[in-house]
Amino acid sequence: MSRLHYRLRVNAESREVRDAYVTDSLLTVLRDRLGLYGTKGACEQGECGSCSVLIDGDLVCACLVLAASVAETDIVTVEGIGVPGVLTDVQQAFIDQGAVQCGFCTPGLVVAVEDLLRQDAAPSEMHVKEALSGNICRCTGYGRIFAAVEQVVALRGAR
Amino acid sequence: MSVMTPASLHEVYAALDADSDAQLLAGGTDFMVEANFGHRRPSCVVALRNVVELRGWRREDDTVIIGSGCTYREMQSPSFVALLPALAAAARTVGSPQIRNVGTIGGNVATASPAGDTLPVLAALDARITLGSSRGARRVSLDEFIVGPKRTTRQPGEVIVDVRVPVLDGPQEYLKIGTRNAMVIAVADLALVVDRRGESVRCAMGSVGPTVLRAPAAEAWINAEIDWVVGAVADTSSVCARFGALAAADARPIDDHRSTAAYRRRGIEVMATRALGRVLERLGGNA
Repeated sequence: MSRLHYRLRVNAESREVRDAYVTDSLLTVLRDRLGLYGTKGACEQGECGSCSVLIDGDLVCACLVLAASVAETDIVTVEGIGVPGVLTDVQQAFIDQGAVQCGFCTPGLVVAVEDLLRQDAAPSEMHVKEALSGNICRCTGYGRIFAAVEQVVALRGAR
Repeated sequence: MSVMTPASLHEVYAALDADSDAQLLAGGTDFMVEANFGHRRPSCVVALRNVVELRGWRREDDTVIIGSGCTYREMQSPSFVALLPALAAAARTVGSPQIRNVGTIGGNVATASPAGDTLPVLAALDARITLGSSRGARRVSLDEFIVGPKRTTRQPGEVIVDVRVPVLDGPQEYLKIGTRNAMVIAVADLALVVDRRGESVRCAMGSVGPTVLRAPAAEAWINAEIDWVVGAVADTSSVCARFGALAAADARPIDDHRSTAAYRRRGIEVMATRALGRVLERLGGNA
């Protein structure tokens, strides 16, 4: 059976994808073909948000994106946020506030929080809840995650 | 085997004419779930994300023409909310931000799920669907297009180009029941729109039949009850309750893994009663 070859622009780097299946999701390609394991896979049906990435600046579930259809886009995964080896203020706030327990949802949440705060530097409580409603966390009960968002808002001097 | 990302409708038509089995892909939020679980393995996919003609929405006179590629997020812009409040409300209940960033109205119509969130609003608004192909365009009503659960009258070579809805003078409501506020498939949902100029109340219900259903008995009854000169009824609470009971009788729910027929019917009764109460409150005033 013939396979597809294409290139994806991931974290500002052009990456070659070889021998991919037509229906490979972006999640599959990121993890299994490009070795980018920061993006987590759980439900593979858009329910959990653990595979959240940015495509041309839009927050999406990588599991619901047909990889071959986004060859011309800019894809940013959690690895592409901030500088390697240095925690961003969002990541530091997650640690400070105890918003990381098992950690599985954390990469997706970090991407979602970065996206939220880029759109609204000082979001209301309702806006935070709605913006993170697609990211499931079964450990924290969300209180500590909302506290982490508040810490970033405060440290950035937005409120 | 290929994945195509045409930039124009002309190229989409050519691709569909060349391979009538090609899978059209809009936002992917339904298709990719099936693909991920191995239920779908098309050899050719035509992704619509780059087709400029399908994007966005515009108003022409008293019609809003919504490109089939218009996303749920785009339907939450303040100008869209002002023109089509019930459709904007329905779009806001779809999935999560991640889903609303990519999911499209054309995809919701094409998938034709009995639980498609925008479909009750489109049915209540008497939406028209434009289908395009290399043979030309045709326009059909929603009930001519969706004929069963996930069954449509889309012909080989056709793609949904736009969805057309009227701008109505009058309040609108959309209500949905599910297990939480986000990321939920409707157990039952309901849209109610008022057309002051046409002197009609229109009500449609989702997840309580094989396709979205209008509530003909409830509509006929309430349209005779309203004094359209003042925009009021004689006794609001009893009229709303009666309307709710009639809408519930118009529903055709079943028991399935998501809920029971009895719960859905009761849900329709509560939502229809509540929605009518809310619109009547605004109908009498100048809202």
